Amino acid sequence: MDLSLTIGSLTLQNPLIAASGCFGYGVEYADVVDLSTLGGVAVKGLFLAEREGHPPPRIVETPSGMLNAIGLQGIGVHRFIKERLPELRERHAVVIVNICGTTLDEYVELARILSDARGVHAIELNISCPNIKEGGITFGCSLPGTHDVVSAVRKVTRLPVIPKLTPNVTDVASFARAAEEAGADAVSLVNTFLAMAIDVHTRRPKLTNIVGGLSGPAIRPIAVRMVYECRRAVKIPIIGIGGIATADDVLEFMIAGANAVQVGTMNFVDPFIWEKLMDGVREYMTTHAIARLQDIVGTVDTSARETAWLST
Amino acid sequence: MPVDIDAAVIANRRLSADYNVLSFAAPAIAATARPAQFVMIKTSGGLDPLLRRPFSIFEILRDASGSPSGISIFNKRIGAGTSLLSRVEAGARLPVLGPLGRPFEPVDPPAEAWMIAGGVGLAPFVTLAAALAARRTSATLFYGARRAEELHCVDLFEALGVTVVLATEDGSGGVRGRITNPLEAALQARPLANPVKLYVCGPTPMMRACAALAATHGRACDVSLEQVMGCGLGGCYSCVVLARGADGGAPHHTRTCIDGPVFDAQRVVWD
Repeated sequence: MDLSLTIGSLTLQNPLIAASGCFGYGVEYADVVDLSTLGGVAVKGLFLAEREGHPPPRIVETPSGMLNAIGLQGIGVHRFIKERLPELRERHAVVIVNICGTTLDEYVELARILSDARGVHAIELNISCPNIKEGGITFGCSLPGTHDVVSAVRKVTRLPVIPKLTPNVTDVASFARAAEEAGADAVSLVNTFLAMAIDVHTRRPKLTNIVGGLSGPAIRPIAVRMVYECRRAVKIPIIGIGGIATADDVLEFMIAGANAVQVGTMNFVDPFIWEKLMDGVREYMTTHAIARLQDIVGTVDTSARETAWLST
Repeated sequence: MPVDIDAAVIANRRLSADYNVLSFAAPAIAATARPAQFVMIKTSGGLDPLLRRPFSIFEILRDASGSPSGISIFNKRIGAGTSLLSRVEAGARLPVLGPLGRPFEPVDPPAEAWMIAGGVGLAPFVTLAAALAARRTSATLFYGARRAEELHCVDLFEALGVTVVLATEDGSGGVRGRITNPLEAALQARPLANPVKLYVCGPTPMMRACAALAATHGRACDVSLEQVMGCGLGGCYSCVVLARGADGGAPHHTRTCIDGPVFDAQRVVWD
């Protein structure tokens, strides 16, 4: 049974990746999950410098989902390399470092620094965080911006480059295409949907930041549709993200066109979710006699349905 | 190392319209749980509410042979999750993840332990009282609430030999006013040569006041903080509190789940 896939020069043993922002720096979860069994670990978004993020409350629950406005609190790339990466290396994690910049130069500098760090396997470009005003999302919401940041990072690293796309645009597929043309090895999508929740009694927003990003099963059908659209637009691997809770959800994303998936919010609900997802995917492969999981990618059957029974 | 147990509810003891004590069969959690550690409980089988809720481990339950067999939580009905937990019946099963977080460290004699609880902030103190009793540390509980009907489970502390001081804002139980009043009187009366450590859990204004009193009187003070939590494992960064580094460095957003919930009160930036 072959669950592996490749992204540029990198081979992942399976398609299950811990989503950035939902798994700390990976080491926090080492007690509950064997990090070496995951396809990859996308660590919390890093800037060059440390950041404090937004004041709490930073999350609020909504039906089948949650809003967050953490504000990219983080220890910065240098402390990450010194204090977290050695343990990730020891635990044989496939480390995907999510990077954020306020300027194009910051992305380039981060990519340079990480390319020299032993134990980093890929770079995910965060150009889609809805919760900070400067940088990031301004690249992700403009086609030339997306193209420029991907091609600038591409020039300074041999590591696979994976821009993480925002759903807060009219046509995500055109952004996937811009990323592919600029030399991205894959795209990951979707980041959270910009959203808002208000306490009607106080008439105050439930988050200090007023708005936040919606994630969880509530967004899954939209994310599946966006992966489907991107699959028709690009050849490079797609990493599907959005409320995955069960093995069927993993398979749904893959059939829509994802080569791999990231799990975020539901890891909060069940930190032991990984083994359950893996078992379910294996069981599906057995049931459907699938030897190579990548064979199901983009196989959604949109041909006209058999309607003969209607006339009988 | 935390474990996730599909734990059977043994009993739901209703204390009042708002409060109940829910006990779970969870030997693997009970075996290693320490005072003020917490569990993350999934309150429904479905996706609404989606996230687990954090609860202090209220009691460590033991079987006839004395082995740890389960835990209980002290639940106050506030929102959707706690409402579900107020209604759950014996026999139901809920996912319970734990034990989690940094515990209270009980002091040894001759030091005394003073526990200051406000409302649902009573939750971490039964386990602490038991740990103190095991060390023969003399302990006092200062327990405040709005009115007498909201003071619960005092008998559990008396059974462990704890001296109990009660206060209610309306004067219907114990002394009238805030619990910080009898605490302050006790601090003033105690000679500095007699060591005492304060352990505090309750509403933020109460904890802030206790931290200030502890500083004024030169006493060590630990607080157990409650924040909205997404995961309980350090993954989401939602439960942060502004706290100085353990080395006294500048204040940072610090995760309550893995760096707390217990903090030295003087590390916390209270305003």
